[in-house]
Amino acid sequence: MTGAYGPLARKEDARFIRGQGTFVDDIAVPGMLHGAILRSPLAHARIVSVDVTAALAHPAVVAVLTGDDLAERGMAWMPTVFGDVQAVLATDKVRFQGQEVAFVVATDRYAARDALELIAVDYEPLPPLMDALTALDPGAPVVREDLPGGNRIFDWSAGDKAATDAAFAAADVVVGCDMMYPRSHPAPLETCGAIADYEAVGGRLTLTVTSQAPHAHRTLYAAITGLPEHRIRVVSPDLGGGFGAKVPIYPGYLCAIAASMTTGQPVKWVEDRSENLMSTTFARDYHMHGEIAATADGEILALRAKVLADHGAFNAAAQPSKFPAGFFHIFTGSYQTRAAYCEVTGVFTNKAPGGVAYSCSFRITEAVYLVERLTDMLARELGMDPAELRMRNLLRPEQFPYTTPSGWQYDSGDYPRALRLALDMAGYDELRREQAERRARGEYMGIGLSFFTEGVGAGPRSQMDILGLAMADGADLRVHPTGKAVLAISVQTQGQGHETTFAQLVANELGISPDDVDVVHGDTDRTPFGLGTYGSRSTPVSGAAAVVAATRVRDRARVVAAAMLEVAADDLEWLDGKWRVRGDPDLGFGIAEIARAAHSTLELPAGVEGHLDASAVYSPPNLTFPFGAYICVTDVDPGTGEVRVRRFIAVDDCGVRINPMIVEGQVHRGLADGIGIALMQSIVFDETGNCLSGSFMDYLLPTSLECPSPELGETVTPSPHHPVGAKGIGESATVGSPAAVVNSVVDALAPFGVVHADMPLTPGNVWRAIQGRPVRTDLSLS
Amino acid sequence: MKITVTVNGTDYARVVEPRLLLIHFLRDELRLTGSHWGCDTSNCGACVVWLDETPVKSCTVLAVMADGRRVTTVEGLPRGGVLDPVQDAFAACHGLQCGFCTPGMLMTARWLLDQNPDPSPEEIREAISGQVCRCTGYENIVKSVLWAAKHDGRAEGGGA
Amino acid sequence: MQVPAQVEYEKATSVEQALALLARYAPGARILAGGHSLIPMMKLRLAQPEVLIDINAITGLRYIEPVAGELRIGALARHADLLAAPVASEHFAILRDAERVIADPVVRQWGTIGGSLCQADPSEDLSAAFAALKGSMIIHGPDGNREVSARAFHTGPYQTVVRPDEMLTEIRLPIRLDGGSAYMKVARRIGDWPIGAAGAAVWLAGDGDRIADVGIGLTAVGATHFVAAEAEEFLRGRPANEETLARAGEIAAEHCRPGSDQRGPADYKRHLVRELTARVLRLAISRARGQAS
Repeated sequence: MTGAYGPLARKEDARFIRGQGTFVDDIAVPGMLHGAILRSPLAHARIVSVDVTAALAHPAVVAVLTGDDLAERGMAWMPTVFGDVQAVLATDKVRFQGQEVAFVVATDRYAARDALELIAVDYEPLPPLMDALTALDPGAPVVREDLPGGNRIFDWSAGDKAATDAAFAAADVVVGCDMMYPRSHPAPLETCGAIADYEAVGGRLTLTVTSQAPHAHRTLYAAITGLPEHRIRVVSPDLGGGFGAKVPIYPGYLCAIAASMTTGQPVKWVEDRSENLMSTTFARDYHMHGEIAATADGEILALRAKVLADHGAFNAAAQPSKFPAGFFHIFTGSYQTRAAYCEVTGVFTNKAPGGVAYSCSFRITEAVYLVERLTDMLARELGMDPAELRMRNLLRPEQFPYTTPSGWQYDSGDYPRALRLALDMAGYDELRREQAERRARGEYMGIGLSFFTEGVGAGPRSQMDILGLAMADGADLRVHPTGKAVLAISVQTQGQGHETTFAQLVANELGISPDDVDVVHGDTDRTPFGLGTYGSRSTPVSGAAAVVAATRVRDRARVVAAAMLEVAADDLEWLDGKWRVRGDPDLGFGIAEIARAAHSTLELPAGVEGHLDASAVYSPPNLTFPFGAYICVTDVDPGTGEVRVRRFIAVDDCGVRINPMIVEGQVHRGLADGIGIALMQSIVFDETGNCLSGSFMDYLLPTSLECPSPELGETVTPSPHHPVGAKGIGESATVGSPAAVVNSVVDALAPFGVVHADMPLTPGNVWRAIQGRPVRTDLSLS
Repeated sequence: MKITVTVNGTDYARVVEPRLLLIHFLRDELRLTGSHWGCDTSNCGACVVWLDETPVKSCTVLAVMADGRRVTTVEGLPRGGVLDPVQDAFAACHGLQCGFCTPGMLMTARWLLDQNPDPSPEEIREAISGQVCRCTGYENIVKSVLWAAKHDGRAEGGGA
Repeated sequence: MQVPAQVEYEKATSVEQALALLARYAPGARILAGGHSLIPMMKLRLAQPEVLIDINAITGLRYIEPVAGELRIGALARHADLLAAPVASEHFAILRDAERVIADPVVRQWGTIGGSLCQADPSEDLSAAFAALKGSMIIHGPDGNREVSARAFHTGPYQTVVRPDEMLTEIRLPIRLDGGSAYMKVARRIGDWPIGAAGAAVWLAGDGDRIADVGIGLTAVGATHFVAAEAEEFLRGRPANEETLARAGEIAAEHCRPGSDQRGPADYKRHLVRELTARVLRLAISRARGQAS
């Protein structure tokens, strides 16, 4: 463990344990009005008329905005993060249940809610397209007449088709499966919201908003509103979770901005939970057909996948622009393979837009789920133990850096070691013995493995951009005369602990205490540009920027120290937190003393400026590739279909760990995600277009009783290209865990002949799988 | 309607609509924003406060129902400026990440320890099973409450 | 968060006062007890009463007491009270089984037994438990009290026999010897509404081999009045063995009317009825024989 790294208690906790966090809805400003959105009850309909007369007559209502009002400002439509457009307030049609139709502004939130009922909208219903599998059928309802492709958004492929087909043709064994990764929702506990405050005289907009990417937001608001970017300030205060839900720009934010411009007063809009679940970015919704080809003795030869991606009514998938299917083509996973090919077709449906969210690392959740399910199915087909099959095919340390058949260059890893550790921790052989004994007694337990490789920390800037904004992030470091430092970063924590870990990063480089480093984030007026926090990129990108900036400060400090000691800079070495004279280590100065000198009248060499500040913009040369081995033990009651997760073993490797306590906390969460996603979470629709998962009564989240106490292990394989060898960790467990749970349940049900069952594995779905009549989980039965 | 509610030891007399939810009364009227809300259907528990001696989901209680009663929120946990052991515990054991569910968890943890000074991990999990955390996976919340039980001077001191 | 529509509010400190207010404001008045059934409905604006009559101050309605061979539960008893009451668990394990899986510990502090019953959600657990125990409800009205069997209390989804100017005040459960009871619930997640649940109370004859009397309550599966009447009839007088239990489960499954919804498909719910009915009968019988707790 280096210097300032370690399980340091978090600096940000002091305010949260006192209930003194500042979340968007905690803020009240003088003259603030409250907005509420009228949403479409229909999934697909033409808007005939919108009558707001009665709403305007309500004594507490100050303004009502419709799509036509916004159109006058050029704000009725906005760009999505993936270059499509999305309606802010519908003008011609509504295209998903819950779509925004009108915006009421009132003096209090209760009146705003009441006034929604006074708006009369005349809809002409249209047949809704709710089944993505029929989206490309002739005669399917067309969601986007404004685009030329019908319901087809894109066709994309990666890999070598010819080589893959050849490998499959030559294989001894081929296993294929249709599997769904159901639509889910990140559901951070704090919903989305904003306070827009437009000050007309100076032409300044201040937007306090739940945003994981304040600078990217600012650039987009400038483009949409026509306001100059330097007069827009975006402030993200404390965020109550994000998980990708707070990356996109939502119509409600723009409505609040427009309303503030119209009324001349600050306007707050905060969504309720049903709005959050029904209209903000969903996650996943991939219909996948996967195939794995192998030799008779279990060498994986090739993988093939065909995917239908349901994007909802607008293409708002938040991923780098060159990758319409995100990083799905990492689907060869952690194994040596000779060839791979995947095709992804994206379609529109009459559902809310989104797709990339909920710790997916840009679709790596989908890819890992596919390959880990196929691997288990291959093991079953071959009669091989799934751990043994994996061990046989895992990439070996000497193969790194490894370029996969689909073009990824994995940076470092010792996969077999991680798997062995997980198996030891689980007592794998003992578990298999227990399983056999229980089966003989008519009891069904399952052991499910998942080995995953993640790719996180986008950049590099040449390859990765969102709407043309390259994914490189800045860091500004200032060391004050008394040696206290302030680090301003572009990323935005929603609970990940940046105020602590980034302080540790800088403290470690400068030999000062993390207490002496304050981290500033979330305010575009006070921080450098960057693309924000998602895809586990904070440590790999912004953390690297912070280290580079700190290194520059340290290098500048060397020159200053040399001037203080009247020696040449080369005569100094950095040792134990000070620049010391080589051969005479008692002669030296630490950063605090050097900072004082750098601000003093001390004469500095020609060309060297005073103060002790530095900036960096970091474009990572590659992603970092954390990985892990997970084992999930479940007990299944075949009489009721109930699944209980008994144990979850998780070995993670995220390279160098800055704060192991925080790393483990991230893994704990992701394992809970896996249980929820595998067993209970999904956003479901009926054929008439109703979203049936619009509350926490039906969009079920795991509680403390569903999550066993996790058993964590670690290996550390530094990233060779990251300045301190760290990789990302935030999404790893969400990526790796669902397959472990599903593999476990399917393993438990093997005696019943169950080969696959789609998530969520609710009791009913499990029972139906046992009966040999699995349920289609994304559309509700009528 | 005129109501008087004692919140964290202070009496507040206010005129409110009968439909005003207690959570909004606390947050918007009294500006005690430590308690949060996260759902529409009484499932998430971000709003847990005490009404008299018992924890309640304050999104499912009308402010008028608290007339003449006592409410305790997270702001009322410290005694004489000293944090409650449950508060120290969550900081010591990384029992929070984004902090949004934390006030509700603290109130339930405090109530649990007042009833049961030495709970097992299962009893802790049961006690918080009506409250959602999206960040921690609950493990460190359980550890925090166990830590608080070991370092709890208040339960022995008695009286709320 | 969603918020209720405008409503007026009155507070009652006695049953008489509550009834007077109900009479004055009916039919737009609703009783407000714990509020944990009503207020969520009001927030979603599925219920929009004109007047709420808060009865929480009627402290005399919060009790759980054995009286004259019955366990009498005041309508304002909270779920947590019932779960914690030794006298309830002692005589009716089914109530402890059910309360443990109703909502969550915090909601149970405030939600009331009366409120849950009067909300009459077709998936409400105590309705089935009280039906199995063959309890009765005491309803106070302008013309006095009346007693209604728990097995006739509910008349349809969200509908009971309680008239707009009446109020449920008490639930009575006959305390009988040589009985055992149990409740089992399957849900998509702890604290969720049931996909299907079954409760059984059995009273055995003499040597414990024969079922003298039985009550079976089912919830969430469209069983009329929450009762599996045909299965009860089949079981009466029969030997308490595995074959009988299995057959009872089948009969109960045949006569319920579950619908397919997000919680599960109808065929699965019907299967659950078959499975859970047999399981709760088995456990109830074990308890009646003193072989299980």
